[in-house]
Order: sequence, then structure tokens, then C-alpha cells
Amino acid sequence: MLMVVLRRLVLAICLMGLAAPAWSIAVDTPLDDPVLEARAHAIHKQLRCLVCQNQSIEDSNATLARDLRMLVRERITAGDSDDAAIRFIVVRYGDWVLLRPPVKSGTVLLWFGPALLLILAIIWLVISYRRRRPPLVASTAPLSADEQARLKALLGDGGPT
Amino acid sequence: MNEPSLEPKPRRIWLRLLPLAVAMIIGVFLFVGLSLRPKEIPSVLIGKAVPEFDLPALPDRPKGLKTADLKGQVSLVNVFASWCVSCRAEHPLFMKLKAQGDVPVHGLNYKDEGPAAMAWLTRYGDPYDRVGHDLKGRVGIDWGVYGVPETFLINAEGRIVCKHIGPIMERDLEEKLLPAIKTLRQGGVAQC
Amino acid sequence: MTAELGHYALVLALSVALVQATLPLLGAWRGDPGWIGLARPAALVQCLLIVAAFAALMYAYVTSDFSVLNVATNSHSAKPMLYKIAGVWGNHEGSLLLWLLILALFGAAVAVFGGNLPAPFRARVLAVQAMIGVGFLAFVLFTSNPFVRLLPAPLDGRGLNPLLQDPGLAFHPPFLYLGYVGFSMAFSFAVAALIEGRVDAAWARWVRPWTLAAWCFLTLGIAMGAWWAYYELGWGGWWFWDPVENASFMPWLAGTALLHSTIVVEKRDSLKNWTVLLAIVTFSLSLLGTFLVRSGVLTSVHAFATDPTRGVFILAFLIAVIGGSLTLYAVRAPAMKGGGLFAPVSREGGLVLNNLLLSTACATVLLGTLYPLFLDALTGEKITVGPPYFNATFGPLMVPALIAMAVGPMLRWKRGDLLGAVQRLKFAVIATVLALLATLVAAHDGPWLAIPGIALGVWMIAASVEEAAYRLRLFRVPVGESARRLMRSPRSAWGTTFAHAGAGMVIIGIVASSAWQVEKLQVMRQGESLAMGPYEIKFQGAEPIDGPNYSAVRGVFRVSRNGAEIAVLEPESRNYQDPPMETTEAAIRTGWGGDLYAVIGDPTGDGSWSTRFYNKPMIHWIWIGCLMMVFGGLVSLSDRRHRVGAPARRDVPVKAAKTAASMAGK
Repeated sequence: MLMVVLRRLVLAICLMGLAAPAWSIAVDTPLDDPVLEARAHAIHKQLRCLVCQNQSIEDSNATLARDLRMLVRERITAGDSDDAAIRFIVVRYGDWVLLRPPVKSGTVLLWFGPALLLILAIIWLVISYRRRRPPLVASTAPLSADEQARLKALLGDGGPT
Repeated sequence: MNEPSLEPKPRRIWLRLLPLAVAMIIGVFLFVGLSLRPKEIPSVLIGKAVPEFDLPALPDRPKGLKTADLKGQVSLVNVFASWCVSCRAEHPLFMKLKAQGDVPVHGLNYKDEGPAAMAWLTRYGDPYDRVGHDLKGRVGIDWGVYGVPETFLINAEGRIVCKHIGPIMERDLEEKLLPAIKTLRQGGVAQC
Repeated sequence: MTAELGHYALVLALSVALVQATLPLLGAWRGDPGWIGLARPAALVQCLLIVAAFAALMYAYVTSDFSVLNVATNSHSAKPMLYKIAGVWGNHEGSLLLWLLILALFGAAVAVFGGNLPAPFRARVLAVQAMIGVGFLAFVLFTSNPFVRLLPAPLDGRGLNPLLQDPGLAFHPPFLYLGYVGFSMAFSFAVAALIEGRVDAAWARWVRPWTLAAWCFLTLGIAMGAWWAYYELGWGGWWFWDPVENASFMPWLAGTALLHSTIVVEKRDSLKNWTVLLAIVTFSLSLLGTFLVRSGVLTSVHAFATDPTRGVFILAFLIAVIGGSLTLYAVRAPAMKGGGLFAPVSREGGLVLNNLLLSTACATVLLGTLYPLFLDALTGEKITVGPPYFNATFGPLMVPALIAMAVGPMLRWKRGDLLGAVQRLKFAVIATVLALLATLVAAHDGPWLAIPGIALGVWMIAASVEEAAYRLRLFRVPVGESARRLMRSPRSAWGTTFAHAGAGMVIIGIVASSAWQVEKLQVMRQGESLAMGPYEIKFQGAEPIDGPNYSAVRGVFRVSRNGAEIAVLEPESRNYQDPPMETTEAAIRTGWGGDLYAVIGDPTGDGSWSTRFYNKPMIHWIWIGCLMMVFGGLVSLSDRRHRVGAPARRDVPVKAAKTAASMAGK
């Protein structure tokens, strides 16, 4: 149910429009230039829809998401770079709209946490392996050619010869 | 070789307690989280001058709203729409504010058709001094509006002091907005 | 009347669960067979009572008894029968009852099929299981009672959310829950073992089938959810890394790690300590998921848990269960050290690498999911952690795990030969290189990451196949001999082959459908056409239609390729009345190469419509791959040693002697 329960609420809000006009003004109109339109899509995917939780404006039916999609198209048609178009939204709505959180003091642990965890886990693994290893080393050091020959002789197994 | 030598020494008790410690720390955060409101996104415009805009008036209603109108005195800007159900809940409070005549309340009519907005104001009362008609919602975006109703407190220099998301309740007005307005009037620095 | 009976059954179940949670535990401690013997009948009675309660709620839904508040808020008389039934778990209270039902069913399954478990151990397992039951029963009875009456009864109900009125979604929650709750078995076995202070190969053999079953259910549940999102939400996306999805994905990752580490415990009597911890963590993550969704801490859409006491209640329960078990772990873990030693390059070593990467990946998902909460609590700053973060961190962690996954089964226990293993996979290596070159030629202008991505998937599939062929000594011994090996090789090995190849298919599906997706947004008039890839799509027009409890607009699009019509796509835009909501029903044509996906949006008002089309190459490989993983799990579950199992517990001295012997043998 987990997935369902929240989706249900999220979508209820996105689709019904808790705070959306009952009639829509802007229908998504793609740009004529396919290159610009592709850029717009790439930007849409990086911006979070404000009305619904955790969807990009690319994936949302909310009216505000639609307005923001059109706004992004307008900005890049007007000559904005991708960054500038994103900035334009961030200036108004804050870092919160960025689906990729910027690396800053508050997010250092977020971005470097996984690598740190991996390194710590590897160190721990190596240490605990080392601790158990000494007796194993003694007993499983590879046999020298001489020893192998003697072993074969003892076992009465001529091997491939 | 003897088996006991393989057993790690019990000295590493902290390592065994680590999972418990991590779980408990997460538990504390989750407890704190219960009282947080992640849905409310704080405005980045707090402390900044109101955006540059110039909106026309609603049909048959004088006085539109533009940046310059918000300079010179402390005021409230209420984002509303006729299709917004919870706007009705806070509306009587604005009517009361108007009756008191203490602070001007301006309206930002967001993504609404003119006649519908006018009918709504006729029906429920018109508490606003000036009303800007933001048909396309573009000025709303400049203000960082994402859910209607929203209410902004503007100081005499035309800077945004605070933003309230959702309908204003009697308590918000008494405990948050009115004290802040009072402080601003006295030339103080208010926060809310 | 039935509602009252249901309520009463729950109260009785709570008292039975209280008995089951305490007396058998005391009995096992004191060696009292009478008290130990209580566990089995108690588990069965508790299960019967909860089945009765669930049946009572279902009866209320089926008969549309709107005097029950839960039915009135979540059902409607005009709803098709399937969704009346699915409506039972389509809400907070009912879904908790489903959770309880599954928990009790698992408990009863241990009571019935657990004949091979020593009685005191079984009593402990059932007691731990009952403790979880007590928590959830109390939660249902005190904060979320589904049997509350609403008098006077309304004439009709408020209806089920239309998005949930979908066959894919009707069965998604039960599978997901079978997965989550199934991991409670691993948890109960782990805690019981901690109480006894003993984990050995027999323990691993008992735990494994339950974990495997839970894993299969969870895999299926997640896949169904993703599939539903794909065709119902209308944007062609199927995974959004939102907290709700992560809540189901974290137990899956931990459960997958657990599945692999139990193998080491079973075969080599090693990693015991870690496996027990993993069993606790896996179920804890399931509980955490429940909390995250029902408390609203992450996506505070409060409509589902308006009552703050609910959040506090689950959290208190969470802390009791997780804190209690981890404390027990801290005290008892040292008693379970030791076991077979192994070289870093060995089957065990490969499984350790799998565990290392899966756990780190799981921790990463946890970090990303909870980080906004951490930051908000500490600084008040609000940030979003979305798909780009998870793609950038989770992806790189999984790649080595997936590469290694193909080699692992080729390594020998204790000490393996990496070079030899790769040499034995020479055909897989050749296939991978060929795939790399073919993709490079076919898609040189595409996203470059897709090229190694496809090669990775091919590597996983080819290596799985080659490993199976190696096991059969195919083409190296007479066919008859291979056939004999086919019959005799353990089913768990076949499970590995299918599951690993399935994972490879999922990878290929993900890479291909995201890298080479074509999408077209267009405002179309009747009669207008557009070209997308090799297809020509013509808009025939839109017509209003009426459904059982909705009205809709259906668009008709004729799809042709090289002038020949190959499909008619009829996406709908539906308007439900109870409750009022708009939904999109995408029209999907699945061909060999992938899906063609059409959505009709809003009318512009001047006779044209906004439309969206996607061409998603190989996306069905994701679903087929998931099914294959589940199939692999089922094959492994049918392994002889789980069926005939009844592994007698080896005596400790024998075990110690054997361990010593195995080491001295080197």
C-alpha cells in the first residue's frame, strides 16, 4: 500500500488541483525548434513541481507545472542558457525546486556520505578480515613445487604427468 | 591452531552498539520530523524588494496593482481567486481588517477570469484597496506563489517581510501578522 | 452487526497475541513443554480471529454498508465489485488490517509447516511474531479502527480514488505487504536465534525459504507498482525515487543482501553475526516505510494521517521493536562469531562484495530519502533530493555489484580463481564485446552512457547462461550426461541463473527505454498527422464516452508504418464523479521492439487537443526481467533442501570439530 497511499494523495492534489483554477489557460504548446524543445525538456526534468510532491514539472498535470513548463520555453526562446533558465525559477522559488540539490555546506554529507560509507565499510571489512587471517595464512600458503611433488607422491596421484 | 584465537576480543563493544545508536539517532530525527511541515516551502523573497510588476485592475473596478503602490506604508498582499475554496475561509478576516481600517490589504487575483472574480467579490465582499488582475499567473510566479491563498506582509520600503501560505486563521492574524505590523509601524524590524 | 463482530474478533486476537507473545517465551526459557506447546494453537487461533475481522470488513465493503465510517469514506455503491473488494485495503485502516492479516498468516504458516523446527525455537519465533502482532493490533484498535460506525448512515459513499480503480493497483498492495510482512519472519527467526544465542547452518536453512518468499512477493509488488505508474500516470515514467517508492525499495535492497548472506551462513557457517543484523535491519526498514507513509513526515500531505497520535504511536512501536532487537543484538552478537574462513577471492568473498555494495546502496537510498528531514530539523533549510541525486550515487554503487554478479557463481567456495572464472566465461566476454561494438555502431550519436549500459546487461545475461552451461558441462560431455546433470543440479542454482539473467534484462530495459526514448508533444486537430520515428500517427478525432462511474473523452489515433496501419490507439481522459477527479488512461501498443504510448490531454477550446506520444524501446524488458527474477526466486524456493529439508541441528561439538577439521585440512 505504501506506494499507493501517498501516490493517491499526491495525485489527488495534482490532478484535482487543490489550488488550481478549474479551467486551464495554457495547453502545453511545444516549441517549433526541436533543439530548443529538447533543451526545455531537459530543464523540466530538473525542476520539482511545487504543488505535488516529488515529481518534476515534466511529469505533472498540475496547472502551475504547466505554467512553469511554458515559462521555461519562453526563457530559452528568449536566449537564456539552461543555467539561466533554471536560475530564473530558483530566484523565485528557492533551491527547493532543484531535484538535484546543489553542493553546499548543508548538503556535503548528502553528496559525500555514500562514498564515505563505502570507504568505511571497506576499511572495516579489511580490518576484520586481517584479524581472522593470520592462522589462515599459515595454513593456506601456496605449496612450493617441492611440497606439491611430495604431496602428489604421498597421495599416490601422478597428476597430469 | 586453537579456535579461541579466532574469536574477536569483546573490546569492540562500540561496534556492536553502532546499529542501535544509528537507529536511535534516526528515531530522534523522525520524532522531530513529526512536528515539521515539509510541505511549506519558505519564500526566498523574504527581505527582498517586491518584484517589478504592473497589473491591470479587474473589470469595472478601479485601481490595479503595481510595484510602486507597495511603497510608503506597511501593507498586506493577499493572493486569491474565485476558484479557490479555502480563500472563502479567510475572507471574513480580511473584511474585518478592512472595517478596522488599520492596514491596507491589496489583492492579487491569480489566474482568474475577470467577471468570475468580480462576482466573487460582490458575493463575499470586497476587502481590498487595490486588486491586480493576474490572468496568466505570470506575476504570481514572480512572487513565488505556488498555492492559493497566500498572504505577504510588505514593509514601508516595499520589501517582503513575511509570507503566509494557506488560509489565514484568526490566530495567525492575532499572534503573527498584527504584532509584526505594529513593530514595523514603530520602525522596528519584524519577523514572522 | 458484522462490523461489531469484526471489532470483537480483533480484541480477542489482541488478547491471544498477548498470550502468544509471553507464555511460550517463558516456557522455552524454563523448559516447560506445556507453555512451549501454547505457541502453535495460539498462532492458529490468532490467525483465525484476524481472518474473521478481515472478512467482516470485506463483507461491509461488498454489501456497501455505509453505516461503517470506513466504507462510507472509501467506497461507493456504483463501483465495480473488484474495486469494492480492493477498496478494503485502499485506505489507512483497511490496509493496516491487511498488514495484520498477512502477519497472522505467516505466523500460522510457521505453526503449520514448522514441524522441522525444534519446539522451543519455534515457540520463540512465534512469540516474537506475536509481539509484532500485539503492536499492530493495538495500533489498529486504539488509533485506526476500521469498524467505527457512522450513524445515521449516508445514502452513498464518497468513493475510492479513481487512480486506484485499476486492476494493476488492486493487487499491488497485497503483494507489497506479503513482501514487507514476509520479512517479519526473518526478523522473528533472527531475534529467536539471538535469544537462544545460536546461529548455525540449520538456522540459515530455516530462514532462507521465508526470506526468499518475501523477496519474491516484494519484487512482484514493486514491479506492479512501477508498471501501474507507467500506464496510469500518463507520463511514461515508472520510477520517480520518491520517498514512498524508496520506502519499498530499501527493504528490497536489504532483503536481497540478506538472501545472499544466508547462503554463506548455510554453506560455510560464516557471516552469522552480519546476517542476523541484516535480518533485523530488513524488517526495520519495512517498518520505517510504514511510518514514513503514514506519518506524513516526508511528504506532509496530511490527509492520510490527520491524527498526529498515529505518527507518535507507530514511532514508539518502531523504536520499541528496532531498539529492542538491536539491543539484544549488541548483547548477544559476540556469541555468534567464528565459522569457516575464506580467501577474499572466493564464492564467499563474492557474496561479501554483494552485501557490501547492496548495503551501501541501501544506506544511500536511506540517506537521500531522510536527508531533507535531517536538514530541516537541524537548520530549517528545505531542500529536495530527487532522481538526479539517486542516479548519481546509487547508480555507480550498483555497477560493480552487477559486474561482479556474473562472476560470483563461477567462483569456488573458500578460495576461488578469478582469472579462471573469467576464462570460463569467455563466450560471455565475447558476447559483451560484440554488444558493445554493435551498440556503438547502431547508436553512436546517442547518450554514450547507454553503450556500456547495454553491454552490462548483455554481460549479466550471457554470463548467467554460460554459467548454467558450464554447470551442465554442455558440449563438453555427451548430451545424455548434460541432460542427467540438468535433472540433478540443484534448483537453487537454477534460481540464481534466472534471477541474475532477469536482472540483466531489467538493466537493458532501463538503459534502452531511457536512452532512446522518443517523445512528441503536439497540439493536434482532427485529421492531422505527425511522424514519430518510423511511425505515422493520425488523429481521427475525439469522442465522448460513458463508463460505469465516469465520463470520458476518447481520442482515436491510427498508427501506420510504411503506409500500412499497425494499430489504433485509443487513449482516454476520464472524469470521475465520486470523488471528482480527472485521470488519464494512456493507450499503449506493445510490440517486439518496445512500446508506443499515447495520451490525450486537454482541448484547447478551438477544436484541437493537446497530445503526447512516447516511443519507448525495450521497456517491456523491465517487466519481463522482473518476472524472471521472481521466477528465479520461486525455482530456488522449490529447491529440494527446502522441501525435504528437515535439517537436524548438528551438535555444537560436531560443528566445532568440523570447522577445525576444515581449516586443518588446508
